[in-house]
Amino acid sequence: MNGIHDLGGMHGFGPIDIDPEQPLFRNDWERRVFALFFGCAPHGFFNLDEFRHAVERMDAAEYLELSYYEHWLHAYETLLVGNGAITAEEYATRCAEIAQEAG
Amino acid sequence: MGSAHKRQLSDPEIRVKALESLLVEKGLIDPKALDDLVDTYETKIGPHNGAQVVARAWSDPAYKQRLLEDGSAAIGELGFSGMQGEDLMVVENTPEVHNILVCTLCSCYPWPTLGLPPVWYKAAPYRSRAVSDPRGVLQEFGVEVPEDKEVRVWDSTAELRYMVLPERPNGTEDMTEDGLASLVSRDSMIGVALVNPPA
Repeated sequence: MNGIHDLGGMHGFGPIDIDPEQPLFRNDWERRVFALFFGCAPHGFFNLDEFRHAVERMDAAEYLELSYYEHWLHAYETLLVGNGAITAEEYATRCAEIAQEAG
Repeated sequence: MGSAHKRQLSDPEIRVKALESLLVEKGLIDPKALDDLVDTYETKIGPHNGAQVVARAWSDPAYKQRLLEDGSAAIGELGFSGMQGEDLMVVENTPEVHNILVCTLCSCYPWPTLGLPPVWYKAAPYRSRAVSDPRGVLQEFGVEVPEDKEVRVWDSTAELRYMVLPERPNGTEDMTEDGLASLVSRDSMIGVALVNPPA
C-alpha cells in the first residue's frame, strides 16, 4: 500500500546528515527502544511485518516529524495496547508516575 | 547528584521507561538480557564482519564466485548469519558499474555483515533521494562517478537485503586478508564510498 513511508523520489528533505562519527544511538532512550523489540519478540505480541505496518499507519505529519526510534515507540504502543499485553489505562498511569517522579 | 536537581525527562524517555517497567512487572522481559543484546549489536556485530567477507572475496576467486552466486551461504561460511540477513545478495562494483544500497520504505540493512544502519541511512533525505538522484547523493558523500560508468541502485526489502563488494584498490596485491579487511569501510559496503589504497 502507498503511504508516507514510501519516500523514494520525494523532494524537499534537504541535505543528508553525513557525520562519520555519528553514533548508532544518539540518546540512551533510543537504545532502550531498540532493546524492547527483542524483549517483545519471543512473546508473539507482534511479528516484524505487523511492527512495520504499525509504523506505516502513522499519521503522515507525525511520521515526518518524529525520529526513527520514535516510530518504533509508536509501534509498540499501538501493538502492545492493541493486543492487550498492556492496557491503555495502566500505561497512561505509569507515564504520569514516571514524569511526576522525575519532575 | 542531589535530588533537587533532577533532570526533566523527555517525552520518549518517559514512554520507553513506562513500557519497560510494565513489561518487567509482568515478568515478560529481563532488562539485563536486553542490555547484553544491545551491547552485541552495538559493539560486536558490525562492519568489521563485512570487511572480512570482502577481503576473502578479493583474495580467493572461488570464494568470490560463491559469494556472488549465493551471498547468504558464502557469508555463513565465515560464521556470520542471523536476523536481518537471512537472504543477502552481494552486488559487485566493477570498472563499468557502481552499486549503491538504500531502503526507501524503512531501514532494511544487512545486520550480520554491517551491524545496525547509520542514522542517515534511516532518515528521509537519503531514502528519498538515493533512487531519484544517486549521482547527486554520491557527490554529497564525496564520490564522483564518471558519466560513462553505470550506477545501479538496490532498494532493500524486508525479505532481501544487499551488500556491495567494493573494487579492490590498486597497490594492494601483496596484502594479507587481514590487511585488506582493514581498508574496507562500512560506507564502501553501502556503496557511498570507495576503498582507498593504503596511505
